[in-house]
This record gives sequence, structure tokens and C-alpha cells, in this order.
Amino acid sequence: METLIILLVGVLTAVAIYLILSRNVIRLILGTAILSHAVHLLILTMGHLKTGDVPLLGEEAETYVDALPQALILTAIVISFAVTAFILVLAYRAYQDLGTDDLNEMRGVQDE
Amino acid sequence: MHLLIVAILIPFLAAALIPLLYRRLGNLNLGWFVLTVPIILFTYFASQIPMIAGNETITASLDWIPSLGINFVAYLDGLSLILALLITGMGSLVTLYSIYYLSPTDSLPHFYAYLLLFMGAMLGVVLSDNLLVLYVFWELTSISSFLLIAFWYHRKNSRSGAQKSLLITVAGGFAMLAGFLMLHSMTGTFSVREIAVYIMQYTDHALFYPALFLVLLGAFTKSAQFPFHIWLPDAMEAPTPVSAYLHSATMVKAGIYLVARFTPIFGGTAAWFWTITIVGLITLFWGSFNAIRQTDLKALLAYSTISQLGLIMSLFGMGSAALYFDIADAAAIYGFATFAALFHLINHSTFKGLLFMVVGIVDHQVGTRDVRRLGGLAKFLPVTMVFAVVGSFSMAGLPLFNGFLSKEMFLTATVNVMSMPAFGADIIGWLIPVVAWTASVLTFVYSMIIVFQTFFGKFDSKRLDRAPVEPNIGMLISPAILSIMILGLFFFPNVLADNLLAPAAAGIVPGVDAAVTIGPWHGFNPEFFMTVGIIVLGAALYLLLPRWGKVYNLLPSNWSFNNLYTKTLSFTEGTSNRLTSTYMTGHLPHYFSYIFGFFVLLAGATLVFTGALNLDSSNDQPASIYEIMLILVMAGAAIAILFAKSRLSAILLNGVLGFSIAIFFVLFRAPDLALTQLVIETVTTVLFLVCFNYLPEWRKEYTPRRTKVLNAIIAIAGGLTVTLIALSVNSVDLFDSVSSYFEDSYELAGGNNIVNAILGDFRAFDTMLEVLVLFIAGIGVFSLIRHRVGKEADSDENQ
Repeated sequence: METLIILLVGVLTAVAIYLILSRNVIRLILGTAILSHAVHLLILTMGHLKTGDVPLLGEEAETYVDALPQALILTAIVISFAVTAFILVLAYRAYQDLGTDDLNEMRGVQDE
Repeated sequence: MHLLIVAILIPFLAAALIPLLYRRLGNLNLGWFVLTVPIILFTYFASQIPMIAGNETITASLDWIPSLGINFVAYLDGLSLILALLITGMGSLVTLYSIYYLSPTDSLPHFYAYLLLFMGAMLGVVLSDNLLVLYVFWELTSISSFLLIAFWYHRKNSRSGAQKSLLITVAGGFAMLAGFLMLHSMTGTFSVREIAVYIMQYTDHALFYPALFLVLLGAFTKSAQFPFHIWLPDAMEAPTPVSAYLHSATMVKAGIYLVARFTPIFGGTAAWFWTITIVGLITLFWGSFNAIRQTDLKALLAYSTISQLGLIMSLFGMGSAALYFDIADAAAIYGFATFAALFHLINHSTFKGLLFMVVGIVDHQVGTRDVRRLGGLAKFLPVTMVFAVVGSFSMAGLPLFNGFLSKEMFLTATVNVMSMPAFGADIIGWLIPVVAWTASVLTFVYSMIIVFQTFFGKFDSKRLDRAPVEPNIGMLISPAILSIMILGLFFFPNVLADNLLAPAAAGIVPGVDAAVTIGPWHGFNPEFFMTVGIIVLGAALYLLLPRWGKVYNLLPSNWSFNNLYTKTLSFTEGTSNRLTSTYMTGHLPHYFSYIFGFFVLLAGATLVFTGALNLDSSNDQPASIYEIMLILVMAGAAIAILFAKSRLSAILLNGVLGFSIAIFFVLFRAPDLALTQLVIETVTTVLFLVCFNYLPEWRKEYTPRRTKVLNAIIAIAGGLTVTLIALSVNSVDLFDSVSSYFEDSYELAGGNNIVNAILGDFRAFDTMLEVLVLFIAGIGVFSLIRHRVGKEADSDENQ
């Protein structure tokens, strides 16, 4: 199971990197979103999967799954949403001001 | 703390006080405060003369970095004392002169602060026994020199002159540092005195000669030796008191000091003897030859300083051979050169300092220092004229002035090399006196130019900015003191010789009886006839200068070392500019590929080379059919995004990924994550769709095939690296999990939901900062939307 998830993480990472290397802003943003998906899965897998029950003490189970990665991921999901929202608006503004969504055309002056 | 160390620190402290005092005292009185510093220090060093004359030394130590053997060790012997007296003595005279020379509109606090900084640094150089401390002070003199040359920084020439001096002297300083480190690796100590003792065992060491040449490189750049002399004429952009102080009397002597200080270490080898002697003689000749063609009096003095520094340098080179001979008489013959070098070092500071002050007065009073515009000033500036005569005649080596004595000792030293040849000097040794004599003739010529073309000849007021009058009496005090010293040293040279020169020479060439009684008359020996020849031929050449001056036009103007420097500089700048612009392209995708490329190389290589790669999946949980299906869906959706033709399909596929992950969170016992992910994914998708309303539809990207392939390689390699790292981590449990701690969340935090307890209690600060990030992002989004576009915004800013 873990190995399969890790392979999926690898595929997602490769796709994310390819999209990030693209010239189109939307593809770039999609890339970062997919990269965070990959990282979330990775963190969860690193804490081992399905080794116990849901980490709710009311369940009174024998063992619980590792709660720490979940807490970390919860934070990460929210932050990555904030960043995605911000760069989306940035892309919108860049298009308004510069009239392009192509990163190569957004290039600044020669000697800044 | 010993007084000697305090003496080094006083100028720094005074420099730090200047900004405070400036507010209280204002421009005028600041100089008088600064003047007290060198005078107090001079008095202190002068009071050490009797002790040094008795061949004693002082050592004072202060721990700095004892674990690395770097301590602040101050060491005062004859050589250091001579330099220390020059630094503080000339420092006093120059400060006094500056008070009257500088205009109140100049930024005086800066000037005096830099001057004191230099004074402290220079004292540090000549009093440090520890090589690394010496190096730090050495570079500090370069920096203060840079600041002083660029004092009038609104002039382009000042800036480029400052840059040139800094580049050359600091480059030499680096070389010297490398030499110091080699010496340390050979002998295991940074102390000059200890190295001089231990070095005997290491003369065959592979690093011995590299260290020798690297140290010499530092000395030659600092003392403006050929071919590094080109920075000194450009340094004349500094205010004249600075030129008198740093660039003739003290800082440029640091290289000479270094050679003298290292003679006990490297002296007695052929490399040391020949390198210094030859470089010194070439510098002597080239400087005097070029001085004659200068029309700017300060440039003339700069070349003359180069030439005189070469003279002193060559004397130290010849003197070092004394350490080669075991026979006392032979050693003494060479040791004499060291003695002469020390004498001329002092004499040069007196007459060159005086001449700079004279030129400063002329410049200050009539507004030009171009010899083509000057002439006949004797009538208007009679006192200044007398100073000029004293200084120039001393430099030319005429009797009644101290320069005569040391110049003749120099000639004696060159002739001595012939009488007792060392290191194969019997073959080409005859060149030494010939070059020395020729250069002395040229020295005579340019010395005459200073006096006669400035103060005699035709006076033409139209060519001057102002009507010439004698300056304020205060400006004449310092030159007067120097003139008296020049005459005094001619009549009573042995007061100096016995008390300072003899102990200093004994320190440079230990065990050699180098000291002699200095006198003006030695009978009709070769030196006497050489001097007569210099005067006769020099006078003739001066008178015939208009006839033979055309010889300078024969030199191709673009073949100068200056040109080489400029070309090198622009070449370096151009090359590094081109090199940088090959990879700093301004394209974001390029920068991303560097980042991911380096990640793959570094992380991947670490994984492989540390043997951390480990693919053991035996601890895996079994996978259910739903999970495998979900994995396939996600992998398929991810790959499909790459080929999505429209942005709508891409964002839908991204939604598939997001919601699949939510299902994974459910399967992996993470209900909180699943809930959050569902909400966030929905909002994100909506946000994308809203933005699409304003953004253009995807066009076909015309990315070259090569770029696409390269990107694919980077992407696949990145994915592979992550996979391998994750698999390796998954294979072993290096540490026990800390998570069991949180399972007491009810007792510790009163929460049954462990994840919530972590977020809201155990790691509440994290959560708070996370909210802060959200808040900042929100402000960013808000201001980006509200911010106005284009011209409207520009006019907004201009209001």
C-alpha cells in the first residue's frame, strides 16, 4: 500500500514539475496545486498508513493512526489554498496590466 | 592593557568620537582636536627612543582568538619605531597643514575620521607581530586610502583612482595573506619573530618559495613597485595633505616595511635578493624617467615617489645578501645597504612630504599646479620658494641637504655589490650602479623642474586663477618644520643613526654590523665622481630638455600598463556580465529548472553516494481494491492534465485529483483532513473558474521540442528522486515515533479529537501563524484587486 502511494506521489510530483516549468501562468498554478497534493500524500504516508483507528479518543480503539501528520497536513492544506488564491489573483492582475499570461512575455527590462 | 596597544587603539577611538565632537565643535575646531592625537602618540613613541637605542624591544600582548593562535601582539623594535615616528610625526604636521588647506565647505568630519582610521591602521601594521593581525590592519590601510582618495567623490577621476588603488593593493593583500598562511602551515605559528627562528628548517619546503613571492606581491603592490605602480599617480586625486601623508610618507612605505620585516625570514636567498633589487631598480628608473614628462606637479611627485620607493626597495634587496655571508666583513658590506635604506626612508618622507605641501600651497594659492601655466612665482611666494628649493635639492642629492647623504650611501651600496659579488652578481652586477646612476641623473632633472619651472621663468597672471600671495602662516608651519629637519639631518645625521637606524638595521639583518658613521665627505672615491657626474649631466639635461623631450613621444601610448589595467577591467566586467546573462535570463521557467535540477542532483547524489537507498516494502499494509482503483484514477487524471487542450478540462482534472485525495483521507482514517480538503477543493475550483472569466483561453504554446524534452527529463528525474527518497524512508524506522505523546490529549489538553488538540493546543502557535499567513494572503489579494492600473497609477504616484 505505502509503496503504491509513494509511486503515485512520484507521478504527481513529475506532473507538477512539468507544469511548473511551463510558460503559461495557469499551468504553473496548477503545478503548484498538484505539488501540494503530492506532498500531503507523502507526509501522510511517512506516518505509516492504516496502523490503527481514527484518532478520536471517543472511539476507544486499541491503537490510533498517527495524528501528527494529519495536523501538519491540515495546516498545509489551508496554507496552500492561501498561496493558490494569491497567485491566481496575481495572474489576473498581471494579465490586466501586461496583457499576457505567458511568463516569457512578462519578462522585465534588460537591465533592471 | 599595555600602553603600546593603547597607542594603536587611540586613533580608532578618536575617529569614533568625531561625529559627536563635530556637533559640539563645528568645522574649525575639529582639526585642532584631531591634531592632539598624533602629537600625543608622537611624544609617546619619541619617549621610547632611549630604550630602543639600547637595543631593547617591547612586547605587549592581548588575547584575541587564542584557540587559533591569533593574538593581538604588539612588538616595538627599531624598525617599528622609525615607522611609528614617521606615522605620528608626519601625521601631526599633515593634520596641522590640513586645518588651513581644506575648505570649510568640505566634509571635514569624514576627512578627519578617515585620516585617524588610517593612522590607527598604519600603526597596527608596523607594530603587529602576529601576521593575521598585521594583515587585517594592512587591508584597513587600503580601505582608508580608498576613502581618502575618493574624498571628493563627485569627481569621476577620484572615484576611478580610488577604485584602481583598492583593486591593486587589495589584490596584493590577498596574495600576501596566502603567503602568510603558507608560512603558518610550514612553521605552525603566526608570529613573525618565531617564524624567523623556525624558518631555517624549512628552506627546502615546497611552500617556501611560493610564500616568498606571494609576500613580495603584497609588498610590491602596496609600495607601488613596477608594474603595479600605476595606481599611485591616479591616487593623486586625493586632497594634497593626503598625498603627502599616505601616498608618499607612510602608507606606500608599508610594502617596504614588509620587505624589511621579512628579511630575517627570507633574506639570504638569491630569489629574495634578485627579485627585490631588480624590481626596485626598474621602478627607480621607470619612475624617474616618467616623472620628467609630467606637466601636473602632483603627478610628477607621484612618479618621483614611485622612483624613490624603488630606490629604497632595491637597497633592502641588496642589504638582504648580508644574511648570506658568514664572513663578518662581507656581511657588513651588504648590511650597509640596509642601513642606507632606513636612512633614505626617513629622508624621503621629509623631503617628499615637504614638496607635496609646497605643491599644495601653490595649488591652493593660484588655483593650478600645471607647470605649463606656472612660472615666476618666486617674487610672490618667496617663503614657499625656499621650501621648494630645500625639498627639491634634497631629492636631487645636493650637499647641505639630507638627501645628499643617503643618495651617496645608495651609490656606495650599488658599487659595493661589484666589490663583493653574491648570487652571480659578478656577471650582471655592473648593471646595478649603472641603472642607479642613470636614474639619479633623471631624478636631478625632475627635481629642477619643480623649482625652476614653478618659481622662476616668465610670470603670466592670465594663466592663473588667482593672484599669487603667500598663504596663511599656519600653512607654512609644517613645511618649515620639515625644512629644518632636512637641514638638521644633514649636519647631525649620526644622532638619528646611533639612536634609531643602528638598532633598526640590527633587527633587519641580525648579527651583521651594518651601522656606520654617516658623514658628507669620504675622499675622491667612485661615489664622489658619480655625484659630480649626476649634477653636471643632470643640469645639462635639464637645460636641453626641450631638445630631447620628444623622446617620450616615441613610446606607443596604448602600450602602457594603465591601458592594460583598463582593458583587463573592462574585459572582466564584460565577461562576467555575459556569463551571468547566459543563465540569469529573466525567464521564470529557467529559474525553476535550475531549482529542480539542483534538487535532483544534490538530493539524488546524496541518496546514492551515502548508501541511503533502501527499497524494502515488507512492512507495507495490504492494498484494497478501492485504493488501487483510486490510485489509478489519480495517476490517470494527473497525466491527463498534461495533455488537456482547454483550461476547463485541466481544472476539472485537478478537481478529480483534489476530491480523490479527500477520499484517500477517508480511507486513511483522517476525517478532519477529508472535510477540510472537500471544502478547500470546492472553493479552489470556484476560484479558478472565476479567474478564467478574466484570463484568456489557452493558446497553443510554441515551446521548442528541445525545451519540452528537457523539461520532461527534469520532471521525471524530480519525480523519481522523490519516489526513491520516500521509499528509502519508508523502508526503515530510524527513530521512535513521537506521536504517542499526543494520545494523552484528553489529559493534557482536554480534547478527544487528537488532531484538533494538536492544532488548537499543542501547536497553537503554529495555527496562529497559519492564520496570519491566511490574513497576509487576504491582504495581498485585496490590494491586488484594488490597485489601479497603468497610467492612472503612475499619475497617482507623481502627485
